[in-house]
Amino acid sequence: MSQVSETIVEREIDTSHMQVSKTEVAIDVINMHKWYGDFHVLRDINLRVMKGERIVIAGPSGSGKSTLIRCINRLEEHQEGQIIVNGTELTADLKRIDEVRREVGMVFQHFNLFPHLTILQNLTLAPIWVRGIPKAEAEATAMHYLERVKIPEQANKFPGQLSGGQQQRVAIARSLCMQPRIMLFDEPTSALDPEMVKEVLEVMISLAEEGMTMICVTHEMGFARQVANRVIFMDQGQIIEQNEPEEFFSNPQHERTKLFLSQILH
Amino acid sequence: MTDITYVRPSLVEARPAPRSTTGVLAWLQKNLFATPTDAVLTLFGALFLLWAVPPLVNFVFINAVGINGTVEECRVETAGACWAYVWSEMEFFIYGFYDMSELWRPNIVFALGAALLIPLLIPKVPFKRTNALLLLIVFPVISYYLLAGGVFGLKPMPTEKWGGLLVTLIISAVGIIVSFPLGIILALGRQSKMPVIKMLCIGFIELVRAVPLITILFMASIMLPLFMPQGTTVDKLLRALVGVTLFSAAYVAEIVRGGLQAIPRGQYEAAASLGLSYWKQMYFIILPQALKHVIPGIVNNAIALFKDTSLVYIVGMKDLLEAVKTKNDTALEWQSGNTATTGYLFAAAVFWMFCFSMSRYSMFMERRLNTGYKR
Amino acid sequence: MTTREMGHDAAPRVSFFNDPVIRGIIYQVVVAVILIGFIFWIVGNTAANLAAQNKTNGFDFLWKTAGFDISFALLPWSRASYYWEALLVGITNTLLVAFIGIVFATMLGFTIGVARLSSNFIVARLAAVYIETIRNIPLLLQLFFWYFAVLKTMPAVRQSIALPFDSFINQRGIMVPRPTPDQEFGWVMVAIVVALIVAGVIGGWAARIRTRTGRYPVQIVWPGKLADAVVTFLVAFVALVVLLGVVFPIASFVPVSAIVAAAVALGSLTRYAAIAKAALTFFVAFVLCNALLGFMFSWVPSLMVSLISALIALVLGQVVYSNTANRPPSDARFPLALLVLIIVGVPALVYWLTGATLAFEVPVLERFNFKGGLQLPPEFVALAFGLTIYTASFIAETVRAGIQAVNRGQTEAAQSLGLKDGDRLRLVIVPQAMRVIIPPLTSQYLNLTKNSSLGAAIGYPELFNVFGGTSISQSGRAIECMAIIMVVYLTFSLITSAIMNWYNARVRLVER
Repeated sequence: MSQVSETIVEREIDTSHMQVSKTEVAIDVINMHKWYGDFHVLRDINLRVMKGERIVIAGPSGSGKSTLIRCINRLEEHQEGQIIVNGTELTADLKRIDEVRREVGMVFQHFNLFPHLTILQNLTLAPIWVRGIPKAEAEATAMHYLERVKIPEQANKFPGQLSGGQQQRVAIARSLCMQPRIMLFDEPTSALDPEMVKEVLEVMISLAEEGMTMICVTHEMGFARQVANRVIFMDQGQIIEQNEPEEFFSNPQHERTKLFLSQILH
Repeated sequence: MTDITYVRPSLVEARPAPRSTTGVLAWLQKNLFATPTDAVLTLFGALFLLWAVPPLVNFVFINAVGINGTVEECRVETAGACWAYVWSEMEFFIYGFYDMSELWRPNIVFALGAALLIPLLIPKVPFKRTNALLLLIVFPVISYYLLAGGVFGLKPMPTEKWGGLLVTLIISAVGIIVSFPLGIILALGRQSKMPVIKMLCIGFIELVRAVPLITILFMASIMLPLFMPQGTTVDKLLRALVGVTLFSAAYVAEIVRGGLQAIPRGQYEAAASLGLSYWKQMYFIILPQALKHVIPGIVNNAIALFKDTSLVYIVGMKDLLEAVKTKNDTALEWQSGNTATTGYLFAAAVFWMFCFSMSRYSMFMERRLNTGYKR
Repeated sequence: MTTREMGHDAAPRVSFFNDPVIRGIIYQVVVAVILIGFIFWIVGNTAANLAAQNKTNGFDFLWKTAGFDISFALLPWSRASYYWEALLVGITNTLLVAFIGIVFATMLGFTIGVARLSSNFIVARLAAVYIETIRNIPLLLQLFFWYFAVLKTMPAVRQSIALPFDSFINQRGIMVPRPTPDQEFGWVMVAIVVALIVAGVIGGWAARIRTRTGRYPVQIVWPGKLADAVVTFLVAFVALVVLLGVVFPIASFVPVSAIVAAAVALGSLTRYAAIAKAALTFFVAFVLCNALLGFMFSWVPSLMVSLISALIALVLGQVVYSNTANRPPSDARFPLALLVLIIVGVPALVYWLTGATLAFEVPVLERFNFKGGLQLPPEFVALAFGLTIYTASFIAETVRAGIQAVNRGQTEAAQSLGLKDGDRLRLVIVPQAMRVIIPPLTSQYLNLTKNSSLGAAIGYPELFNVFGGTSISQSGRAIECMAIIMVVYLTFSLITSAIMNWYNARVRLVER
């Protein structure tokens, strides 16, 4: 766990738009279990995410964090329990899966940009073919988001020509182009060199400042402290502990949480 | 303490997956009936099997005439494969025209070859170096004198009499083994900084790879005698060996070149910085790494070569396939509707067995070497 | 060691032989001398050998009369033709069988390669068995099998086996009807070309408008719907005619079919389109299944076959029903039916208007042999078949490797963006997989072309057989003939690699 860093972005976080809704549920996971073959990878997961929440999921590797958020947009299927996203329950029904995926953006550890398309084509592909948005409009939106992630000048390059940090920012912009209501981040900074982590975190923070509902699997505890309204600790496929960041870091309750924190924070 | 604070009081024990996701039914549901389209595909697949397999089984086993059968049984309208024919011609298929009384000689060669090869292929058996030396140097010499005779009072046996599986194995073994160092030299030559040598190697490799093996063998068969001083005769088997080996060497060269290119520049630089001479750099540093990379390619080439030995009919050698074809066409006492089919089926089974085991062995080695990298 | 020498001002004199440049030159000179000596030796020997055999040399024989027969030639050929014509016949025969082999092997290979990766256990296993069986058996053995064990054991001419469409198969090969187009039929060919171009232009235009505005243009949507109805009517009508006329014969089946087909076609325009499409699927699937299964299991009672076919057709109908019910609105659908109608309909219209006729000369069994029709010799059939089957197994592996080379993350990224499976394959997976597939695929094509030389072993007059076998034995110019053959194959290979280099440079992924 030595790669865990305490990157902190040195500026005041603008919290004016960060409001957690009391009534609107974005994601509801109820008594969910998942197995890989006979391996019980997720056990009795209960998680209600309200609109506007910023959740960080932490835990040792192999604890099922990634699997959990991959279940939320059905890249993996669960075997027991329910997952309800924006009021749509995920089942094998393709129509529902499409519906959910249109509302949920996902950012991967390894970016997964399409290497044969330019940055601009990467960003406009889904808006054009999924939402049926006119090309000019899709490109305008794409440029808007590229400016937000601060790389508009790279629009006509190919992913292979960009640095890791730039690629990850493009990946975030690509998800945003679909105007999702919820964003899932699957270890977005783990594959990056330390100096690039910050530029990606900056983008994530600015998203949070706009009130986006986010679930981040990350080892960036600095980000958790600054941005999250809730930190969830997972181990052995289950939610061990959850709390507000302050409480979570200063006063962990469970033995496993204490052990984990003692290993990653020095 | 706030309302979102939660601590799990006791850990949930892992439990086996629900029956509905792991049992036989779940497997069927997932792999055969996941969607209606899948179900239709499964149904078609099953119907296809139902249509194709029973006639095949009937032909090969149930209606087939066993090894002790007679030609009359084979000629019955409903009879299947005529294994009696294959059995009665087995000696020809394996040894060609080799004298019946001398069959113990190729048999010793087969046994010796297997005894030396099998321990070499099993990673755990020790003495690899001795074993390889025996197999690659001592064994060919012994085999040659044993098969050809003419020494120690052994009856001389000209190569025209060799045939069948014996020839197939000899040609492929010699081709595979000799083309390997030749290919390495060609690959190194192609990478060389000396323009004359580089052009020569490129020219040879590209020319040989551009033309079909059949033309190379044909060259070996009619051109080689022309190229030799008058009065020299070149043994047919030798012609085939030269043709097959040169052909294979060009392909090995390209495979090895791929391996050489996969070696990072740093390795060359490090080797040079140690003050090693060119050949020492290659022998100690570059080739051991490159050759590890190219094992799958080399085995694929070996499989292709093994199959290609069937083309040596063009120089007049009777390899396994040609032996079978000859008997199919000429063994009038076994003429029946299914004789030819049975003969080819037998040859196909033999070829398949060798090629399939080679490819499986290469997969096994690949996995072994890969794990070696991970550690 | 090096640090100690750094202090020296002048580099120490390199001994003559240790200078790598001079050493290199010496090596090269030695190799060149040896090689030239070797060539001289060979040339000398050859000249002596040829002189001893009283043989001449030179390429002048190309303009001499060949005086042998070639059993199968696309170009005009007689015993009086020249050797250079024999060369052309050989090349065209090689290219013909290679072209046919490439087309069919590509179709079969892609199908099996994709099937190999199917999530359906039976389909994937069947594909694996095919690949592992075929590619581990020598091609020559397979050719012998098809030629000697299958085609040559076909019944004699008088007992020819009748195949569908007035075709026959016997010991002498496959007899098929020969198309004999008349003068006016040329217009139909023109119409086919024009229709293809028009369809391509319309399709491209529609797709461009679709990306630009997000919708397919209105000018396309309505004709598209109409064309869809027409195609639906025609397909349903044919299926029903077969169903009611052949499978379950009823009186006056044509009007009944027409009425039902019209109802289905009209239904496909209304909001009951899903039901109409499902009905159409049911008819077509039932007819096809019934024919196929009836052929495969002729010993099963026909009622049983019909029941199973009906079951399959029902399931497929249900699939189409749910797909149609969930399909996007008509202005977001590619007007495929319109393009099909243009490609098929325009030539058909021209055919009818110009009064062109495309007669087929049917092979007829006379006393000793078939007269008329087109005879495909068994050598050709066996070679084309064998090359197709054999190469398909390698193409299948290429395709599998290509698809697997596309990172799993690409699929996940596309899915998480909400792309539907069709769009995901079309826009993300296939373009990337093709980059990996095409280079080895081309070398498989080249292999197939080289392997067609094995046709010589079963008597198909391809390049090697005509110019290596017969011409050498007739003219005695072995060296010249072999040189020409090798040059031809070398040319094939160079052209292929030139195309490949161009392609690779074009599609290479841009990296830092």
